Parts: sequence; C-alpha cells; structure tokens
Amino acid sequence: MKKKLQKFKESYFLYSFKRDKVAMTSFIVLVLFLIIALTAPWISPMDPYDDHNIDIMNSEIPPMWMDGGSSEFILGTDNMGRDMLSTMFYGLRTSIIIGLGAVSLQAVLGVVLGLTAGYMGAKTDAILMRIADIQFSFPYLMVAIFIGAMFQVVFGVGLYEQLAVPLLVIIIGVSNWPMFARTIRASVMGEKHKEYVEAARVIGLPRLTIMFRHVLPNSLTSVMVIFTIQVGSAVQSEAALSFLGLGMPVTRPSLGSLIRAGQEYIFSGSWWITIFPGLLLVIFVLVISLLGDWLRDVLNPKLYKG
Amino acid sequence: MFAFIIRRILQAVVVMLVISLMGFAIKNNIGDPVRDLVGERVTPAERAKMADDMGLNDPFLIQYLRFIGHAVKGDLGRSFLYNKPNLEVISQHAPATIELLMGTALIIVLISLPLGVQSALQPKSKLARFTMSFSTLGISMPVFLTAILLIYVFAVHLQILPSFGRGETVDLFGNGYWNTGFLTRDGLEHLILPCLSLSSIMLPLFIRLIRSEMMEVLETEYIKYAWAKGLSPARVWMVHAFKNTLLPVVTVFGVQMGITFAFTILTELVFQWQGMGFMFLEAVQRADISLLIAYLVVVASVFVLVNTVVDIVYGFINPTVRIVGTR
Repeated sequence: MKKKLQKFKESYFLYSFKRDKVAMTSFIVLVLFLIIALTAPWISPMDPYDDHNIDIMNSEIPPMWMDGGSSEFILGTDNMGRDMLSTMFYGLRTSIIIGLGAVSLQAVLGVVLGLTAGYMGAKTDAILMRIADIQFSFPYLMVAIFIGAMFQVVFGVGLYEQLAVPLLVIIIGVSNWPMFARTIRASVMGEKHKEYVEAARVIGLPRLTIMFRHVLPNSLTSVMVIFTIQVGSAVQSEAALSFLGLGMPVTRPSLGSLIRAGQEYIFSGSWWITIFPGLLLVIFVLVISLLGDWLRDVLNPKLYKG
Repeated sequence: MFAFIIRRILQAVVVMLVISLMGFAIKNNIGDPVRDLVGERVTPAERAKMADDMGLNDPFLIQYLRFIGHAVKGDLGRSFLYNKPNLEVISQHAPATIELLMGTALIIVLISLPLGVQSALQPKSKLARFTMSFSTLGISMPVFLTAILLIYVFAVHLQILPSFGRGETVDLFGNGYWNTGFLTRDGLEHLILPCLSLSSIMLPLFIRLIRSEMMEVLETEYIKYAWAKGLSPARVWMVHAFKNTLLPVVTVFGVQMGITFAFTILTELVFQWQGMGFMFLEAVQRADISLLIAYLVVVASVFVLVNTVVDIVYGFINPTVRIVGTR
C-alpha cells in the first residue's frame, strides 16, 4: 500500500496534475460539489421537501444583497417559498445521482458489449457494431426524449414521477451506450494481438477470463476518460429531460426541473429562481468537461472519435 | 459501387422496418384507436363492433403489415388531438421547425467562419483567446438556459425583441401549409432569439473545428510553397488555405444539423414556437400515441434517408468507405 502511494507520488499523472492550474481548480470545485451532494440533508439551511418549513408568505424573496432580501435566505426563495440554496443543494444531489447511475449503466452495457465485439470479432462484432452505428445515426438526446415520452405515456404522469430516478437512469443509460462500446472495442482491438493475450490463450484460459481479467484492465484508461466525459453529458441530458417535463417532478427537483419551474418567473423579474440553478448546472458541466479534456490529454488513450 | 449502393439501401429499409415495428408494437399495446376516433361517449358494445370492423382483433403480424401498407401510401393514422390525419398535422408544423433550423444554420455560418479563421491565423491575439474561452463555456451551457438568459436580457430587461411565438407570418404558397416568418419584419424579429439560442450549441464546435483544420492546413508544404512564391497573405489564406479547410467542415455541418434537430424541441418549448417539437410535447402531454408514433416514423425516415444519401455520396467521393462498409 505504502509502496503504491509512493509510486503514485512520483507518477507523471500527479506531476502534470500539479502543473495544470485549470485541472486543479476544476478538481477542487468538483470535489466540493460532490461533498455538497453527499451532505445536502445536513448542510442545507432547510429541508425543501418538508411542508412544515415552507411558508407561502416567503415566496419570491430576492437574494440577500438585493432590496427586500433577507439574511435568512441567502440566495432568495422560489415561487413556493422554498430557500433557493437548499433546493439547489438537493437538486445537485439528485442530478449527480442520476448522472452517475446512468453512466454506470452505460459503462456496464458498453464494457460487456464492446469487450464481446472486440474480442470475438467476426460476426458478433459486425452485428453489435452495426447496431451501435444505427443508434449513433440518431442524436442521443432525441432517442432519450423519445424513450422518455413513451415511458410517460405508458406509465402515466403520476407513476412516472414516482419512478423518475430509476427511469431516467435507464433512459439516459440506454440512449448513449454506443459511445462506451465503441471506445472499449477500439482499445480491445489494439490489445488482443499482444503477446500476453496470446500467452493466456496458449495456457488454455477460458475466453471470459481472458476478456475480463486480462484485456479489460488494460483498456481501463479509456473507460476512465470516457466515464468522466459522459457524466457531464448525462447530467446535461437529465436537465434537458427534466426541463421538457419528462424528468424529475418539481416536488423532488433536479437542477433541470428547478430551471423549468423558475422559467416563467423571469417575466416578473424574479430571475434568481431560474438563473442560480442554471449557473450551478453550467459550472458542474464545465468543470467535468475541463477535467475530461485534461485526463484525455494526459492518459492519451485510443478513443473513438464520434 | 453498385453493390455498395444496394447494400446501403437495403440496410436503410431494414432499419426503417425495425423502427416501425417498435413503433407499431407500442401503439398496438397502449393506444386505443377507437377512443382516438369517437371519444369516450360511445357504448362498449358499439366500440367492440368498431374495433372488429377496423381489424383490431386480427393477429399482430397482419395488423403490422396493414400498418406498413398504409404508411407506404402516406397514411400514418389520425391524431385525436387535432382530429386530422397525422401526416397533415406534422407537415403543417414542419415549416416552423425548418425555418428555425435555416436561421440557425445561417447564424452559425456567419459567425463561426470569420471567428474560426481569425483564431487560426492569430492564435495568440486577444480576440482569439476570448473566442476560445467563450466556446469552452458555451459547450457547457444547456440550450434552454441560453434561451432563458436571452429572453431575460432582450425581452424582459431591454424589451427590444419578442420572446414567444412566430409573429406575423406570410402564407407562402397560398394553401396554408407553409407560413413563413422570413418575409415580414415582425416574423424576422421573432426568429432572432430562438435561432441565436439554438446556434449557441453548435457555434463552439464549429469555431474549434474550423480553427484546428485551418491550422493544420497552414502547416502543409503547399502553403509554404505559396509563401515562397511571394503571394500576398490574403491570397494564401483565403484561396490556398481556407478553401481546403472547407471540405471537412461541410461534412461535419451536415451531421451536426441533425443533432441540432433534437435541440429544437427544447428551444421550441422555451419560445412557444409552433413547430414539430412543440407539437410533439403537446402530443406527449395529451397521450396522443398515434401522433407520437407518426412523428417517430417521420423523423426516423428523414434521418435514415439523409444518412443513406450522405453515405452513398461519400462512396463516390472516397472509395475507401465502400471497403470499410463491406466488413
């Protein structure tokens, strides 16, 4: 363990991280966001889901530093009288949970299918990659919106809202798996003719063992890079779906549904209800994409370029 | 080449069959065509008779084949929400979306070309740096947030541009199908904000693409040769370098406009733009399955058609594609 730590300290990875101010700032902000998401129930000024805390008299109070603002609500309140800061913390939490869940699903689908396609080759490869190609030819947001719409029609709005979190994970997971599969396949294609795979095959290890124990660990760099990038896009897709009314309900908001809820109030000048959650979303996605770019440059894996 | 074209067309047909099968399966399981047709006020016995007359009790495969047969003839069923044939509803909403996309394409071309070229020629200038950092920010900005911000600034705060609807439109062919906003001042003003927000997603990508392609071209031997000949900078940049960056850019442009189509749904919602996306969301809310499936079939066929044509054209330009396509 100690040795590993030592090795990590001397690695090029850490060295280039320390030299890159953008990457460091992004990382710090990301960690901060993750902490907020994890501890939202404890650090929020109030629990926005609890009806006892909500007083309609407090609705549309502007942020603290503006006229009419109160120090009780630092970033103001929304139309229902909920503290903006708290709803944003909870919203970030929901968005991150869905984002991570969806990308994990994509990763599982992508790793299994990509690995199979890359290692088996021939017919299996041709069929799987054709399917990926075909799904790729439609914009994934379009696919996600359509699956979401179908689910909502099938389940009805009430049930859909109850099951929103797992459904969104499935929708976003299924709509964007080809990216993962193609990346994994590309790196497996590069690995599978190397000597160590030949050797493993010669001693007669079963295919599954070779695939998961030998080839997969050597393709993990690309998984890591693509995972980071995909979390950003999954959070964005979730926001888009929620904004369309195909995602989280306003009673259990994600960042997207907060923006949706606040949208009409900008006409009466209450810009903070929609702009603050929007800003949080933009910063989160920005930080992830900056980190993703940096990871890609440092690790330099063979990525599928879409 | 002939074999390649045939294979590509066959593949397109198979894709369309699969999509229509999925669409039909959904419609068959959750839709109720009798309700779509007569509403709720008819007795169960009459409904059962109607269902029988319409062939709703036939085996799945026969119903599917009938659906395909109708679809090929251009009949995709009726929408109970609009009480009109689905295809008519969709084609009445299509022009609004197409105009949105046209305006967006225009803005992208007008802004990304000069900015991209400029930041390739003077990568260290202030403007170029500003463009690059702005485009990083732009990628992370969801389109609906851009739209809301634009509305807040230009419609609520400055009150110089309208924030919703299409404004005054002119009936282009006199038959009520294509109402264009391009011909009136009011219509053009209504186009500005939606097109700007829609173009904000693709602008960063294009500026970066043009910049990197142009920088790559500027490093090549023939550009060095052109300099050595003593040509003027304007000629080297515009005629020798710029022309050769255009081909990849045009290719990507086609693909990205398809992706932009998905974002029109979000933009149309914010601006209450009466296009296909708005119609789609309305159909979702009112659970008009028949219209939803028709929309799926229409959108999918447009995508499949465009992709197939692009692939075939590519096969002519670049013969290696044909070999890759064979596998």
